Amino acid sequence: MCLAIPGKVIEIYEEGGLKMGKIDYSGTVNKACLAYVPEVQIGQYVIVHAGFAIQLLNEQEAEEVFETFDDVTDKLAQEGYTIENEPLSRKRKENS
Amino acid sequence: MKYIDEYRNPELVRELLEQIRRTVSRPWVIMEICGGQTHSILKNGIDQMLPKEIELVHGPGCPVCVTPLELIDQAIAIAKKENVIFTSFGDMLRVPGSHSDLFQARSEGADVRMVYSPLEALNLARQHPDKEVVFFAVGFETTAPGNAMAVFQAHKEGLKNFSELVSHVLVPPAMEALLQSPQNRVNAYLAAGHVCAVMGWWEYEPIAEKYKVPIVPTGFEPVDILKGILAAVRQLEKGEHFVENQYGRAVTRDGNKAAQEIVNRVFEVIDRKWRGIGTIPKSGLKLRKEFRDYDAALKFSVGDLQTEEPAICISGLILQGLKKPNECPAFGKQCTPRTPLGATMVSSEGACAAYYRYHRFKTE
Ligand code: SF4
Repeated sequence: MCLAIPGKVIEIYEEGGLKMGKIDYSGTVNKACLAYVPEVQIGQYVIVHAGFAIQLLNEQEAEEVFETFDDVTDKLAQEGYTIENEPLSRKRKENS
Repeated sequence: MKYIDEYRNPELVRELLEQIRRTVSRPWVIMEICGGQTHSILKNGIDQMLPKEIELVHGPGCPVCVTPLELIDQAIAIAKKENVIFTSFGDMLRVPGSHSDLFQARSEGADVRMVYSPLEALNLARQHPDKEVVFFAVGFETTAPGNAMAVFQAHKEGLKNFSELVSHVLVPPAMEALLQSPQNRVNAYLAAGHVCAVMGWWEYEPIAEKYKVPIVPTGFEPVDILKGILAAVRQLEKGEHFVENQYGRAVTRDGNKAAQEIVNRVFEVIDRKWRGIGTIPKSGLKLRKEFRDYDAALKFSVGDLQTEEPAICISGLILQGLKKPNECPAFGKQCTPRTPLGATMVSSEGACAAYYRYHRFKTE
């Protein structure tokens, strides 16, 4: 029940006295209440649960995970483990 | 989907498993609190990939599973009243009460509607001033801000035909209750990521300290869960116990203050009965006096109903991490998702339903 998914705020408006937004979840657009993330700007990501954005997504933290893993990948490679693919964050940067 | 797919990366999963394997030297029992995590663990086979030293037990973190039977019966009684539009999240509709469920009430003519957000229920109240619109406000801290906001708005607008049947539960008191039990087997917790997104993790610090358990807030994707397990195992192996956030993209120590503020304005903390477990002190929320006009239980005075659980169901022990679903004699026989005997088989996040769906049939 506590499922909450990240989506990008693409529009901000008011409805029934509340700050609302249109949220794009990779193509599917749905509305959500933004009253609990008053500082949110268009283009930022929020985590939405039951029609309410409950947090702004910290994009820097989200990226850092992959930086850490590059280190792990490198270390494992040094120790003789085969890493078939490019480290993830490098790949992400190329794609973006 | 951005911020989801990358956390399912098989390469990272392999790396993390390797790290966990290298770190673990002794048996440990780790409980994931949230039913969403339980579901993800079984779906992705994480329980089967981990080294045998690590046993995952499944916590009480499924609001659908722990909502007391009486409340379901009350909901059905209210839904059947004339002039009522009864609204609920979809996952509550199939939960069996003593005799039937909300779906059945609907097939018998009650106006029961599924909503995606409590604000939809509020809208229905605005559109149907001649009807009473009731919302079944169930959930943990994640859901409380939305449910609080609907009441707060109704109050602000002076809307008289909206009310909530409230059965809110709080996670940290339940975590503490499990640790206090003499049968407790849990060495470390994975805390529920979205509960922490709202509430932060400061509430867990005294619990980690007092009971000497690592508590690791984490998310729901395989990479999140394995990162959480790795952090917990590292602490356990070193004899450490503190709160270590592994869900930085969604969780801060303080959580969402704006949400907490409205929740505290609208609700107050009370002792609450958990289905299958019993009453846990200070583990629930009810509407404050100022908002009692919005309390459906008072408005419709459905009062105390006598209820009975099926005797064979051991979901209480499962929710406390003391038994696994496949140890229940009814599991997969009399009790399946089509004919559920207990709430842990009804909700897709319930441990019994997840074991059934992902074929964890054999008892070890
Ligand atoms: S399998 Fe069914 S009867 Fe057994 S504990 Fe789970 S819900 Fe209860």
